[in-house]
Amino acid sequence: MELSTKTEDSFRIVSVQDTRIDAAVAIEFKDAMRQQTDDGPDIVILDLSQVQFIDSSGLGAIVASMKYMGADRTLALAGLTPTVEKVFRLTRMDSVFSLFSTLDGAVEEFRA
Amino acid sequence: MPYHNQPARFEVSVETGAMAVRHALDKLMSRLEPLKLEIEESGTVELVIAEALNNVVEHGYPDPNEYGLIHILCSQEHNGLRFEIKDKGRPMPNGQPPFGFAPDVTVALDDLPEGGFGWFLIKDLARDVSYERQGNENHLTLRISVGLS
Repeated sequence: MELSTKTEDSFRIVSVQDTRIDAAVAIEFKDAMRQQTDDGPDIVILDLSQVQFIDSSGLGAIVASMKYMGADRTLALAGLTPTVEKVFRLTRMDSVFSLFSTLDGAVEEFRA
Repeated sequence: MPYHNQPARFEVSVETGAMAVRHALDKLMSRLEPLKLEIEESGTVELVIAEALNNVVEHGYPDPNEYGLIHILCSQEHNGLRFEIKDKGRPMPNGQPPFGFAPDVTVALDDLPEGGFGWFLIKDLARDVSYERQGNENHLTLRISVGLS
């Protein structure tokens, strides 16, 4: 599970370089996210624009990552492809996360 | 008879293991390509079958040293794609699949559910979901209303 990061003053962007977050990589994803969010700014934007498919295990891993960061920090999700967005919508997890259809939109929001 | 008029009917088989679900979905989605499903439709098929197969791998074969074959039969019918998933793993507890209630997400951060969405997604997106233990085999059948002509 390859993640790349870019840190600005007020937020860190974590970009998923794989096309799937599923049961096969859910634990690996959780571990990688812990490493990337352990330190750094309170706001993390998870860039999902490369991700074409996510299953309930992948969804659970993203939820776990947000819980690990704690209530005082923010995990925003950006660049959701339609199939990925659907999983968040059906499970009502779209009400739990801040979702942005594009990475640029999220960056604009948090840079202000 | 022209190819596109023949209803699709095929079987995909994979051995259980960590990558079984990815392999099965790879094969399945390429076999479905001739149907030219909408992106939304193929996304639904991939998600439902992924969740059903994840359950087989995780609960049917909890011991990683135990191997088995999973067979997925797909047939195109007038009301959608009908799938039958067969395996010789452990039976479902109580002889039936979970109800698949939607986990409550209107809770404090620490209480947010990290699992329990699989059966909810299957029941939400598929129709006519039925499970039967036949001898030493699990048979899960379901229909997804896609590819309607």
